[in-house]
Amino acid sequence: MTTFFDRITERSFSGRLDDVQHDAGYDDHPPRKGFFTDTSVCIGCKACEVACKEWNEVPDDGYLLTGMSYDNTQALGASTWRHVAFIEKPLDVATTDLGMPGMGPPVPAHPGEDQGTESGGANDDAGVRWLMSSDVCKHCTHAGCLDVCPTGALFRTEFGTVVVQPDVCNGCGYCVTACPYGVIDIRKGDGRAFKCTLCYDRLKEDQTPACAQACPTESIQFGDLDELRERADQRLVELHERGVDVARLYGRDPEDGVGGDGAFFLLLDEPEVYGLPPDPVVPTRTIGSMWGHVGAAALTLAGLGAASFLGRRSS
Amino acid sequence: MSRGEQSMVPEPEFESYYGKPILKQPTWKTPDVPLYLFLGGLAGGSALLAEGGALTGNHDLEKVGRLAAAAGATAGTVALVHDLGRPERFLNMLRVLRVTSPLSVGSFILAPFASLAGAAAASQVTGLLPRLGRFAGLGAAAFGPPLATYTAALVTNTAVPAWHEAYREMPFLFAGSGAQAAGGLAMVLVGSDQAAPARRMALAGAAVDLVAAERILHKGLVTEPYRIGMPGTLMKAARNATVAASVLNVVGGRRSRLVSALAGLTYIGASIATRFGVFEAGRASARDPKYVVIPQRERLAARQATRQAEEDRAGAAGKHAAGR
Repeated sequence: MTTFFDRITERSFSGRLDDVQHDAGYDDHPPRKGFFTDTSVCIGCKACEVACKEWNEVPDDGYLLTGMSYDNTQALGASTWRHVAFIEKPLDVATTDLGMPGMGPPVPAHPGEDQGTESGGANDDAGVRWLMSSDVCKHCTHAGCLDVCPTGALFRTEFGTVVVQPDVCNGCGYCVTACPYGVIDIRKGDGRAFKCTLCYDRLKEDQTPACAQACPTESIQFGDLDELRERADQRLVELHERGVDVARLYGRDPEDGVGGDGAFFLLLDEPEVYGLPPDPVVPTRTIGSMWGHVGAAALTLAGLGAASFLGRRSS
Repeated sequence: MSRGEQSMVPEPEFESYYGKPILKQPTWKTPDVPLYLFLGGLAGGSALLAEGGALTGNHDLEKVGRLAAAAGATAGTVALVHDLGRPERFLNMLRVLRVTSPLSVGSFILAPFASLAGAAAASQVTGLLPRLGRFAGLGAAAFGPPLATYTAALVTNTAVPAWHEAYREMPFLFAGSGAQAAGGLAMVLVGSDQAAPARRMALAGAAVDLVAAERILHKGLVTEPYRIGMPGTLMKAARNATVAASVLNVVGGRRSRLVSALAGLTYIGASIATRFGVFEAGRASARDPKYVVIPQRERLAARQATRQAEEDRAGAAGKHAAGR
């Protein structure tokens, strides 16, 4: 039998971790599941956003038009578990700004499977490059939200995903500050934290998560994480061979600051262009040092208190 | 898509998604959470003063310390529960113990501290069960320093850049600020002849506070929010008040009850300003993507440079070996 102390010290807080479920206490478990979102074939249809809302009965979070792009969803949040980003980036070519670039529909200059390339040719002076990407909770190997949850509402499932139990969450909001990707949030009016569950209910029935099921271009791929990583590596090689040098994988590396993402991406630009942090690190990576400094400061305070009584007695 | 305000130093270029934040804005409410940070320090420091007073026969100090510890812990607990999205579920905090969650560990510090400090204060006021009360006070004094400092881990074990990057200094800032607040309150409420230990504690706390705050402020871009805007004003006010209170304390604290009380109030004000300043600096740093992107880019570049240097060395060594 493992003692409480063993459970604490055996757990790994950062770095590579090949069996995340075992680390969380599952002896016998299915393979780790995840998403590989290949943004090079995303067409920005938002079917994933809709399917997610429908299946998970996620309430609306306002019907505002942002005016900044076709993206009126803006960001992931308590009531947005898939978010399609639209990036309209002017190309680095000398053009005359005729005003309102990007307000017109994208004109496919190179009909083919890959988007993320230039729109417009001879008769389009805007010279805009379109990027679309469906963002989602990363289901980190070392999940900050789960690490800091004081109630145990957030837990690691047998599939290696990270899920909130709404019946336990007391809305302390610690997870919100601990996510290096800014994914999880408190739902206003409800008071509890919500985020993508990677369709835990569907996974238990051997079903594909709603967003992946709805994706018409297989930009969102669901499966065993090992297999997805292989598939992503092949896709990257393929794109590089075709001259798409800008293609890169994000969240694929099991040695990164969060021990790799359960949901990772193929991007066509720097991560921050998509609103993703370029080098995310789980805050808990330094938890040992943090407690060490807290301990030293507590001793300082105790010593300082004791020393205050050592001087002359004034009475 | 670089954005930035007018400043002396040119803003480094960085990209973002339409300037939108990468991190979520902390949902912790104000004044609840910064007030709790202050009250935790005040209560923890006061428990120490109370026990010191009891041990040295300084009964005025003991009494004030006991009451301040109990009142601070109670008010702090109320603030913390009020901050929850589902306050009726506050007891879920004690469902599990997670060393990776300072809020979880802190709940197991606050709960015994509040109980012990409450018992000690009740015994003090009623005169009932004096031995048990004394024992409870000793327990509260043991939990006091952890109560005053764990809150530093609470804010630094987050992805909020201005908080996280100060994780080495923050516990000392909070320890100093707590000592300052507890000493300050006793200086207000205890006659100056009995308040000597409180004056010394406040002065020593002020010194620790000033050094820790200076170190946090000089960490480059990532702690810029502590230097500008509203949090910058609060941090500056805290520093000036700490210095002013310490001058009053040293010059006239011993002789004049009025000066001592004035210095004490100023210490309390400084401690409150520090907590609100720290809290608001964190919120500002989560709001602007530059505090996420630029330091992370620099970290990546540094790592790449190290790797490149290693590869070059390995390459040179290989060539050297092949040349032979």
